[in-house]
Amino acid sequence: MAAGITSYGAYVPYYRMERKEIAKAWQTGGGAGEKAVADYDQDSITLAVEAAVNCLADTDRSKIDRFYMATTTSSYREKQDAAIVALALDLPRQTGTADFTGSLRCGTAALRAALDAVDAGAAKNVLISAADCRVGVPKSDIELNTGDSSASLLIGNENVAVAVEGYYSHHDEIVDWWRKESDTFVHNWESRYIIESGYTRNVVEAVSATLKKYNLTPQDFSKLILYAPDLRTFNTTAAALKFDPKTQVQDPLFTVIGNSGSAFTLTMLVAALEQAKPGDRLLMVNYSSGCDVFILRVTEEIEKLRNRRGVSYHLDIKKPISSYEKYLQIRGIVPVEMARRPDDVCYSPAAWRDSEQLIAFKAQRCRKCGTMHLPRSRVCYTCKTKDEFDMVRLSDKKGTVVTYVIDNLAPSPNPPMVVAVVEIDECRTYVEITECAPEIAKIDMVVEPTFRRLFEAGTSAAGTFIAYYWKCRPVREV
Amino acid sequence: MAGTIKDKVAIVGMGATKFGERWDVGWEDLVVEAAFEAYEDAGMSSQEACERIEAGWVGTVFSGISGAVMADPLKFDGKPISHVENQCATPLDAFRNACFAVAAGVYDIVLALGVEKLKDTGLSGVPSPEFFTNFGIYNGKIFSAPGSFGLPFVRYAAKYGAKKEDLARIAVKNHYNGSLNPKAHYQRVVTLEQVMKAPIVAWPHGIFDCCGNSDGAAAAIICRADMAKEFRDDYLLVKGVGVSVDAVLMHAYRPHFDYMGWPATQRAAQQAYAMAGITNPYKEIDMFEVHDCFTTTEMLTYEDLGLVPKGHAVEAIHDGRFELHGERPVNPSGGLKSFGHPIGASGLRMLYECYKQIQHKVDNPARQIGGNPRMGLAHQIGGAPNVSGVGIIGLPE
Repeated sequence: MAAGITSYGAYVPYYRMERKEIAKAWQTGGGAGEKAVADYDQDSITLAVEAAVNCLADTDRSKIDRFYMATTTSSYREKQDAAIVALALDLPRQTGTADFTGSLRCGTAALRAALDAVDAGAAKNVLISAADCRVGVPKSDIELNTGDSSASLLIGNENVAVAVEGYYSHHDEIVDWWRKESDTFVHNWESRYIIESGYTRNVVEAVSATLKKYNLTPQDFSKLILYAPDLRTFNTTAAALKFDPKTQVQDPLFTVIGNSGSAFTLTMLVAALEQAKPGDRLLMVNYSSGCDVFILRVTEEIEKLRNRRGVSYHLDIKKPISSYEKYLQIRGIVPVEMARRPDDVCYSPAAWRDSEQLIAFKAQRCRKCGTMHLPRSRVCYTCKTKDEFDMVRLSDKKGTVVTYVIDNLAPSPNPPMVVAVVEIDECRTYVEITECAPEIAKIDMVVEPTFRRLFEAGTSAAGTFIAYYWKCRPVREV
Repeated sequence: MAGTIKDKVAIVGMGATKFGERWDVGWEDLVVEAAFEAYEDAGMSSQEACERIEAGWVGTVFSGISGAVMADPLKFDGKPISHVENQCATPLDAFRNACFAVAAGVYDIVLALGVEKLKDTGLSGVPSPEFFTNFGIYNGKIFSAPGSFGLPFVRYAAKYGAKKEDLARIAVKNHYNGSLNPKAHYQRVVTLEQVMKAPIVAWPHGIFDCCGNSDGAAAAIICRADMAKEFRDDYLLVKGVGVSVDAVLMHAYRPHFDYMGWPATQRAAQQAYAMAGITNPYKEIDMFEVHDCFTTTEMLTYEDLGLVPKGHAVEAIHDGRFELHGERPVNPSGGLKSFGHPIGASGLRMLYECYKQIQHKVDNPARQIGGNPRMGLAHQIGGAPNVSGVGIIGLPE
């Protein structure tokens, strides 16, 4: 069977910024709804892990032979994101990894590459995860329109839930939206010019060419999944393409997430698949320096994926950011005074030696007596046996809170920090409980691990790097 | 086979600096202040002290490296001096090793001294040693001392009904005691309401539940028991010492650990009691200087030291037995809470309080404890916590 989508997952950050708060801060028009905002300890790497964990669910991870990460907001200019995510996911050592980046089409480019690898017989199961955390200049339209999310797809040729019936792509050169090497914020040229001469010209050309190539009309599709820079452009373009806005258009999620860059189209795809019925045909259109278009057909296998955490799971699990100032702090746009605590120390060799526990979140179980250890240990605490341990992955298991404190002194941009001893798979360890208001913390509360950036490690002489580790969050079933 | 040094070693001179925010002095000034008070207390000039003191043990966690922390300020050229570091048990461990050396007959007269200069950094709380932040799971990012010492509270509260207000009473007691002590960092009383309404540092600990972060030093001149009378009549003898050290995250590794107390304190106390021949510490020991780094710690320490049965700390807080003029005063000095906590110095400062109380020589008569105290105990606990030290000193039998 030809390659297609065999699983999906998505992630939307817990915190949301209401657009009316942004409008209030700048005394401008704000737009409707809210945008999803990655927390201060999240970046595209941690978001990619979240979506991939949801996509993999109960999948046997030893069967993944490629992993492609897609983002335009890597935390590293030089150093592979995919390798960090692959270790966090505990993918096999021989999983081929690659980063797709440089354009908002990198998510669909990764999808195309994954399909090609499976169709060519070079790989059997390719995981992709796309994530972006773009920021617009304060007071700009881009600030209002962007949001953060991630989406992950598993590509294979067995038990295909979404078949690929057609594909079209073209490239195009125009300076419309961009970030140079040194830019923090997304820039754009004058909006009527870039919508008309960039976005709309390309999308109309691509959709027309695709329909012509496959001899199809808009009426042949259940749904259009369409990238657009903003809600107004989305609505006018969908109508211009002759798709019925009431029945045939996937909600672009602007009012609940926002434009999440390279993850945006795939996030909409996941949202569409959650609602899709076997037999549905989808048209997915992505834009940036050209267009990627996919014709997708949903199969009976989709029913087996209903337990996946996609977009809908996350939409009601949220907390509004208390103010626009807090948003500026969370995204690192303005520096804020914090508790004056000692500098944290971690050097690359130590992070590397301990990477199996830090990045893959594995504990050791003593083969003789079963005692669990995290942090790692050469000698069993209970029976004193040396080097007789099995590594146990904790990252995909739920745990419970043994005891906790509400800590204002522990270094956090968002105090107080709920610090707990949790028990996961009989392993007790210390973690921060994130996304947890102090008043909901309690003994025996059920939590699950979440991958986060802890701090900037390194030295002033050599330079700094990002120390990633796991926290836990309360499990909220909706 | 655990031997004993009971009554083999004497304390003949002690000194302690004023604790607090000592912006105007460095660690070396603190060492000199504490040592020279101890010299004078033992009736020695600095020249005599330099001639007669044969060896030294100096405790500090953050304020210097090597035995030079003692040798340099005191100009102890060429003496055998060890630097001791054992987190919050540092000063009592320096004391313990000094006592062992004298009891072993290697030296006649030695100096144990602890010092810490914490305030210069401008940081909140204590610095994190590299070992700790780099220890496996980035503890430094999620650890604070008031947080890790507060972990037992919610479980203890659920089982035995302790409330934040019970902790607050400990703070009120120790602040009152400190208000009478001219060397204490904080010398003012606080009300229950002030403690309850104070900003939270790490719940259940508000700012008045947390000890002072201070600069200070303390010192003891230790000699063979049979030499003590050369120096003074009211010398004290060492009855027992103990130190217990566990894995840093012992409570994570221990299956089914219940957080109802800290094993380090229990074990260090058992060692010291065995050495001193004490079977009922509440009856046999007259006063206690315990490690109230946080009020939860003092509450658990009542039980961990065996002063009250498990689960009975709260009633003891309420019945007043541990107050300054109660049946068994705990922290008559004001404790770490009010006297302050320069880590490398505190345990020796606790012994200084026991020493002065037993000699009836406290600097303010209003805070002299009642009865005729003959024996006192100093206790420390630190780390995650996983390190504890206990020292017991008293009059000759």
